[in-house]
Amino acid sequence: MSGASLLTFARGPAFEVALAMLIFGMVWRLVGILALRRSRDYSEGRKTAGWVSGLRVIFSRSWPQAEFRERVLHWDIVSYLFHLGYAVAILGYLPHILLIRNLTGLRWPGLPGGAIAFAAGIAAASLLALLGHRLTSPVLRKLSNFDDYFSWFIAFVPLITGLMAYYNIGDSYQMVLGLHILSGDILFAWLPFGKLMHVILFAFSRGKTGAVYGRRGAAI
Amino acid sequence: MSATTIDASRPLPAADKQGTVSDPERLSRALESFLADFGATAALYLEACVHCGQCAEACHYYVQTGDPKYTPIWKIEPFKQAYKRLMGPFSPFYRLFGLKKAVTTGELERWQELIYDSCTMCGRCTLVCPMGIDIPFLVLAARHGMQAAGLVPHDLWEATDRAEREGSPLGATRQVLKERLAWLADENAVEIPLDREQADVLVTVSSIEVMKYPQSIVALARVMKHIGASWTFRSDGYEATNFGMLAGDRKGQKDATMRLVNAAVAIRANTVILPECGHAYQAFRWAGANIYGKPLPFRALHISEFLAEEIGAGRLKLKTDSRSMTFHDPCQIARRGGVVEAPRVVFRALGADLREMNANPSLNWCCGGGGGVVSIHRADALRHRVFHLKMQQVEDTGADLLVSSCSNCRLTFDDGQAYFHWDKTAHSLLELVAGNLAEKH
Repeated sequence: MSGASLLTFARGPAFEVALAMLIFGMVWRLVGILALRRSRDYSEGRKTAGWVSGLRVIFSRSWPQAEFRERVLHWDIVSYLFHLGYAVAILGYLPHILLIRNLTGLRWPGLPGGAIAFAAGIAAASLLALLGHRLTSPVLRKLSNFDDYFSWFIAFVPLITGLMAYYNIGDSYQMVLGLHILSGDILFAWLPFGKLMHVILFAFSRGKTGAVYGRRGAAI
Repeated sequence: MSATTIDASRPLPAADKQGTVSDPERLSRALESFLADFGATAALYLEACVHCGQCAEACHYYVQTGDPKYTPIWKIEPFKQAYKRLMGPFSPFYRLFGLKKAVTTGELERWQELIYDSCTMCGRCTLVCPMGIDIPFLVLAARHGMQAAGLVPHDLWEATDRAEREGSPLGATRQVLKERLAWLADENAVEIPLDREQADVLVTVSSIEVMKYPQSIVALARVMKHIGASWTFRSDGYEATNFGMLAGDRKGQKDATMRLVNAAVAIRANTVILPECGHAYQAFRWAGANIYGKPLPFRALHISEFLAEEIGAGRLKLKTDSRSMTFHDPCQIARRGGVVEAPRVVFRALGADLREMNANPSLNWCCGGGGGVVSIHRADALRHRVFHLKMQQVEDTGADLLVSSCSNCRLTFDDGQAYFHWDKTAHSLLELVAGNLAEKH
């Protein structure tokens, strides 16, 4: 396949299929979880509005409590570098913004290309560090399964191909760009099916625990 | 050929299997129970885990041993595996393509140690999890399946079975209670009402108090006399410990809960006081109404909440005890129960020099004996290792007196004290209060 036809494929049918899988997969998974049986809590809450605590915990759990910082903060910071770098590269790069504008009509100013490349570089380096951690930590090795490594790979490839396209590395710009867009398509398509879904689920699970503990008047 | 010897601390593995059903039958019972627990909350938690491993860093078992098998979320791996294969949104694919293996009885047997011996359900991991997953909620659900399969550590199972048959896990039967209350009343010249037909307050006990710390019952009677409460014990509803809950026995949990509910309803009590026992508070205060199926028609208070309330109302007046003290917050009462301020109200009323531990009360280290672990003797060595953390936390305060409000913690502290020849004894908050009642004019 030539670079031009790959690009056409990645921008056209592959993108459409990926978006459909993203939306359908997310709805399927969320409904599959949230439509399961729920038991009503008849206990008398110490605070009636558990949901206030639920909402608060969605945000407050973004940073570890002082007690745990010595043991976890360093990896949290690496993880944040990845997430922030990734977000900046996705949402700050003009071609991405144009794509989002075409799809939704929303628009915002882009960042200079150098800033995007820097953010993507930080994200890629952090992601490599996180993989190293997963491969060397006995705890993470025990917990890790196919999803952990596959999702890592699926998140990593668009960063690398994006950087290659930006710096014009590789024989064919069109081929590299095509691979970049295709890897983005795969990321969208895979997101609802593995751990990447935490981009949505984190709010639900934090909120649930926050609400339960909040009703009890327990610190959370 | 050498004869097989049975050591009391290490019985034959067969002892940790109940009943004589076949392995496939055990498995099917476990899975049936798991399925019943795969509701929206469990699903949300199981789906949200990103395998970051941070829960290990909050768990006393991992922190003390460095063994990755003690990572909290790993302790429920078979439960999670069963969920993904049987109930998750993509379960048909997992089954069709064999992406998740079926759980086996052997796996459940191997996980018994992780689900029971090395989890006190203290909930410290919940507070570190970036996804906010309440892992003890999942451990409890996993225990339901283990109990259904007859795969409970033998000593925890025996205590649960005794509670179901005799009304108490430690032999504090109705008759024993009656005799003991009569003896305590005589010996200490206090009135201990039993089986009154009507009283505003139903008091309950932990059988650990009845059998090992009877002075806490005397202390309670003295406090109730001091404030002039209308109260009673009931021989048809006194045992607040709930080994059914700890073992994962839904029926046992329900029976124990309903005995208290029915006794309280019978005497038209407006308040039920739960004793110094962590899991009793969790089982009745937070799970009780859900077992009853409607809101409880009375208030359920931990004894420390009751003491704080009476101090606030001016009915409970205390003499000053200015010794330096530190307070061990029982996990199920403070971290998972929300009672943090009440004991501190008591310390202020005593004028005590309260020296808090280095962690805030909700992040306190567990004593290591909760969740039924103190009754599992093969787990003693591990329990002593994690007790080290607690001992250090207490020592760091430099306080003269160690106080807690859970008799199960107290039992664990007593055992740790003896094992390590430690010079600190855990005291009861209730007994401390009873020993400092002001003269009433």
